[in-house]
Amino acid sequence: MITFMNNSDSEEEPCNERTSLMSAESPPVPSYQDGLQTAEAGEAQAHRKRRTGSSRSPNNIADGDMSDSGVPVRESALENEEEELTLKYGAKHVIMLFVPVTLCMIVVVATIKSVRFYTEKNGQLIYTPFSEDTPSVGQRLLNSVLNTIIMISVIVVMTVFLVLLYKYRCYKFIHGWLILSSLMLLFLFTYIYLGEVLKTYNVAMDYPTLFLVIWNFGAVGMICIHWKGPLQLQQAYLIMISALMALVFIKYLPEWSAWVILGAISIYDLMAVLCPKGPLRMLVETAQERNEPIFPALIYSSAMMWTVGMAKPDTAARGGASQQTWDAAEDGRENHRSPLHADSQMSETRSPGPTRPITSFEELEEEERGVKLGLGDFIFYSVLVGKAAATASGDWNTTLACFVAILIGLCLTLLLLAVFKKALPALPISITFGLVFYFSTDNLVRPFMDTLASHQLYI
Amino acid sequence: APQPELGVPLSPRAFFWLVSLLLASLIWFVSVHLSDREDAKLQYGLLVFGAAVSVLLQEAFRFAYFKLLKKADEGLATISEDGRSPISLRQMAYVSGLSFGIISGVFSVINILADSIGPGIVGIHGDSPYYFITSAFLTMALVLLHTFWGVIFFDACEKRRYWCLGLVVASHLLTSGLTFLNPRYEASLVPIFIITLCTGLWAFITAGGSFHNVLKCLSCKQEDDSRVMMYSALQVPFED
Repeated sequence: MITFMNNSDSEEEPCNERTSLMSAESPPVPSYQDGLQTAEAGEAQAHRKRRTGSSRSPNNIADGDMSDSGVPVRESALENEEEELTLKYGAKHVIMLFVPVTLCMIVVVATIKSVRFYTEKNGQLIYTPFSEDTPSVGQRLLNSVLNTIIMISVIVVMTVFLVLLYKYRCYKFIHGWLILSSLMLLFLFTYIYLGEVLKTYNVAMDYPTLFLVIWNFGAVGMICIHWKGPLQLQQAYLIMISALMALVFIKYLPEWSAWVILGAISIYDLMAVLCPKGPLRMLVETAQERNEPIFPALIYSSAMMWTVGMAKPDTAARGGASQQTWDAAEDGRENHRSPLHADSQMSETRSPGPTRPITSFEELEEEERGVKLGLGDFIFYSVLVGKAAATASGDWNTTLACFVAILIGLCLTLLLLAVFKKALPALPISITFGLVFYFSTDNLVRPFMDTLASHQLYI
Repeated sequence: APQPELGVPLSPRAFFWLVSLLLASLIWFVSVHLSDREDAKLQYGLLVFGAAVSVLLQEAFRFAYFKLLKKADEGLATISEDGRSPISLRQMAYVSGLSFGIISGVFSVINILADSIGPGIVGIHGDSPYYFITSAFLTMALVLLHTFWGVIFFDACEKRRYWCLGLVVASHLLTSGLTFLNPRYEASLVPIFIITLCTGLWAFITAGGSFHNVLKCLSCKQEDDSRVMMYSALQVPFED
């Protein structure tokens, strides 16, 4: 690919002062998705890794040797500016994440409420073998706990496997795994989804048209996610595959197991990202040591630039110079502050990049470094809201309450991220709020509001 | 631009309202379970009590939110360049009231909306056939009222005019109480709309608008709709 070659040529010059910046970068996103096999696709080993981290690279301020930029920058004066920038852009990042999370949840809720297929019980995944059709409450609880244990251990095993693969540099294997899983999502699940939607609305469609549509959708999706594409399109595809995955979970997880799994996953997330020997943390640290991005194909990035594909170790070092591609919107937005940004994750640029690696270095525009959120977080947020929509006795208040709770949790997590500036688990706070609000709204608020509404009382 | 910072606290406000609703429901729920289920009058009385508690809690949480915003505002002001916070308190009051109103309105009306799609006949059991339309009007009034109350409330807290605060709480209680007169819609809808208009005027004056401003806007914008004028005129003081 042309991009690679040009970039490797220009790798030498800017790197020297940049490498010190890069090693000081905040860590890239630790993430992977958990493995899952549906009842239908029993053959494919399409495991996906769960993403459970979110991090934000702060606007990095250079150390003052920005001589080629021509603007001397003092470090002390930068501290205050950095703080204010942090807050200002912190708010912006929150919005940038609110929109996709909201969109994903809207898609899931809309589908659940309209397409009957996803609320019918048609069997269970092999990861949750214990049925919940038992007569006694205690037995049901026990079964759901056992299901949870099995599911979480599958996730842990997959995660450790992934970390080992990453540690021993089996990149091809991981890449192949990712491609296979996104293939399955983009083609098979989309086909099922489209089929069910068409059935619900009683729209006739012939197979050639369907084939054409799905082929185009899937092929463009593969290219966008794993290679290059417009940012909005890539974001849209990531949202869609998260929604599809969440719908599969909602359909195939039995009720109580789903809630217990959600709780257990957030605890696991907390431990995996924060404990010193946690697999996710090891993943992050390994990636940091090698100055590489981690599996960029399965992270949602709200930044104006994003990595495509997996970085090879030798090309990682050239990340600093080659990343100065900006969207036109970004150019207009900032206020011409001085800091240059080096991010070891931005290993590839889009087409204008290779032709202007040096000139862009001097350009002095402020780059909007977006927040990155793992797709697993999207999936589990949507599972929570979707389950609330599916099982809350047709009540919209519960869905809304869970939605607000999750957004608040995300807000708080991003706040903590701005404070701590390292990779944080995005699931625990949101899922806790979501669960609390779900159960309390369903059991306490709903009777109250229903009684009020029946008398047409307003509070 | 201050816009992102305005958008961000939208969910904290909704969250605060939700928590207040949660607590009120908890109190109602506990009281219902502790009381005699069969007695209809008692249940109705408990409902009234629950509604009143909910109103008081909402106002309490509005106050708590005001305190939180003040603190955040001070924090923002200290780190900004010119010592002023990027958002004016009036804007925050407006957005806060609006989001309280939105979440309250949505919670009140969305189930009704969802039911209105399905097959059915309104009022088949002898209830009023105007249920949907009056619900729509009531929700609209409530959203507007929350917005106005937000503006007045924050201004009153800022200037420490506690009688204003009391008046806001009283009008909220009054509005909620008036809805108890449903389905006698003449008795409830009309007074509620009168209250809405009065509160709107009060909020307008509190936000610094005046007849003069309205005339100024009219002359340069040539709008006819007085309600639209109110909002565009409301924005004029913000640019001070």
